[in-house]
Amino acid sequence: MQSRFLEVFFNWELIQRYFPAILSGVAVTIEIAAAVVITGIALGLMLALARSFRVLPLSALIVLFADIFRALPPLVLVLLLYFGLPNVGISLPSLAVLWLVLSLVLAAFCEEIFWAGLLSIPKGQWEAARSTGLGFLGTLVYIVLPQALRLTVPPITNRTIVITKNTALGTVIGVGEILNQATTAQSFSGNATPLMMGAIAYVILFIPVVVLGRFLETRFRWRRI
Amino acid sequence: MTTAQAPILEIRGLRKSFHHVEVLRGIDLVVWPQQLVFIIGPSGSGKSTLLRCCNRLEEPTAGSIRVDGIDIMARSTDVNAMRRRIGMVFQSFNLYPHMTAFGNVALALTKVLRKPRAEAENVALAALARVGLAEKARAYPAELSGGQQQRVAIARSLALEPKIMLFDEPTSALDPELVGSVLKVMRELKQSGMTMLVVSHEMRFARDAADRIIFMDHGAIVEEGDPARIFSEPREPRTRAFIAEIVR
Amino acid sequence: MEALGQQFFNLSIMQTALPLLLLGLRQTIVLCLLVIPLGLAGGLVVALLSRSSLSPVRWAAVVGIDFFRAIPPLVLLIFVYSGLPFAGLRPSSLAAVAIAFLLNTSSYYGEIYRAGIESVGLGQWDAARSTGLGYYQTLAYIVLPQAVRNVLPDLISNTVEVVKLTSIASVVALPELLYSADMARSVTFNSSPIVLAAAIYLVMLWPIVRLVSRLERRIAT
Repeated sequence: MQSRFLEVFFNWELIQRYFPAILSGVAVTIEIAAAVVITGIALGLMLALARSFRVLPLSALIVLFADIFRALPPLVLVLLLYFGLPNVGISLPSLAVLWLVLSLVLAAFCEEIFWAGLLSIPKGQWEAARSTGLGFLGTLVYIVLPQALRLTVPPITNRTIVITKNTALGTVIGVGEILNQATTAQSFSGNATPLMMGAIAYVILFIPVVVLGRFLETRFRWRRI
Repeated sequence: MTTAQAPILEIRGLRKSFHHVEVLRGIDLVVWPQQLVFIIGPSGSGKSTLLRCCNRLEEPTAGSIRVDGIDIMARSTDVNAMRRRIGMVFQSFNLYPHMTAFGNVALALTKVLRKPRAEAENVALAALARVGLAEKARAYPAELSGGQQQRVAIARSLALEPKIMLFDEPTSALDPELVGSVLKVMRELKQSGMTMLVVSHEMRFARDAADRIIFMDHGAIVEEGDPARIFSEPREPRTRAFIAEIVR
Repeated sequence: MEALGQQFFNLSIMQTALPLLLLGLRQTIVLCLLVIPLGLAGGLVVALLSRSSLSPVRWAAVVGIDFFRAIPPLVLLIFVYSGLPFAGLRPSSLAAVAIAFLLNTSSYYGEIYRAGIESVGLGQWDAARSTGLGYYQTLAYIVLPQAVRNVLPDLISNTVEVVKLTSIASVVALPELLYSADMARSVTFNSSPIVLAAAIYLVMLWPIVRLVSRLERRIAT
């Protein structure tokens, strides 16, 4: 009974055989996640800053973008771009589609978070800085952003973790990340060990991140009471 | 002061440590029925901790506490039932913000004493009337002044008909002009025969209303006696220094 | 430009696909009605366990929360659906989705409840306990109402996430909204059904997303 369980989920021979494949999946997952985090947060910050100029048509477009990309399930966007774009002449590799979708979604969430952070800085800060002759940009850079960014660390961290876990969706369109490697190996070998390996790989990757996220959240407590 | 009856509160050898820091070093204290005992002392002397041990909000490290003859530390004692008999009023009021004044007072009546609705309503309104806030029954804490909130807090404890009421710096968080309304209620409680143990800096109130004053310092009782004597002729040097400081 | 309209906004294909999509929508709604209440209840249980006075229980709950927040939901789903048969259990798509979602959402809701309960000042516990209210009474009448009020935007926002999450059930062939849309796509070689599904998701979720933004802004200031 117990050995059967080990045989099915922790088969040592299969662990050795598929370890390289899972490892390459880990590499792919980390690459995509890193790329998504960088482009997503950068784009989100730029959009929030653009919104602070209070140019109405631009702000409206940004809000539209943020709402749509926060309301739609990422998988819908992935399938839409993956199957639709080739038919209009744009041929992107599945890796690029995954990165693009996840970056845009992360950017949308980050824009809202940064914007809320900017708004929460009291008007008095702007007034004080401007009355000492500091320009709009100077006030933003030296006074407002440093305070706002500190406030946004916990929600940004949280949201980033949620989005980067969506790299698993890449398996649906053939990206060679962990889940894909695991399910392929599982159907080849007829054994659940590769699945177990994949799950453990994710846990090892993400538990430290989740714990870090909670630590940051308690250190930079944003709201409430 | 009647000595024929049994004491309401009897503390023997009470000790309390927080992580190797001894905050209470062997307290012996007796409170007789209908007495108002006042505890004074510098901050950090353990006064609040002493009070909080009496209804086991803090767990004593050693010693015994008997309320109305019942050992509150015994394993067989029902803590919740015991707490009904001991009323506590906090420095920061701790009213439930999501309930009206009436709701605050009535909650324990219905959920702890399990009184039927109508009876609970009468008792709660009577308690609010006793503290002079019957017409504010439907108000939320946020709509009340600090003094009014504290009086609602007193009504909340009063409604349960406790044997003794503990006051932990009840007026320290109030603006000066609101302190009087709370002290007035406390005076009336004393006159109606409630047994009270009060930690406070209100010296004038102590002089007027207290039956006994206890001076605490560094976790121990330094001196105790009746107010007139303590304020005019304290025996211990530390008591003298403290009295001199606050009279200034 | 013309090709764009043809590929993504072909109205006649959308029209044909609509009935199938509506069936899928119904399955999505059924799934939500199943999973969201279970998750809310499960999350509360987990949050309370994580505050237990028994440390093994506390540790198990905290580790559980972190574990199921670290695993991507799709991985959990595939594991339950494809992995369990190896252990002798053969869950249906719906059962696999329900189990995976229950584990995942309970952890997320649990974490939110935990933060909420912690945000209620200790003075409230002191006051309630000093009037003789028991632990669970204090929780039910005093602490939880305030806790939920404090974290309401997070609870709502997480619920939106759960609704979006139902789309991954398509990977294990549960005939919900995205699955139906993808099916229509593969039959017509046209992406318009998916655009239609996206439109349906927007209609469902956009208003709530707006609401959450407004709620968050009100609390942050």
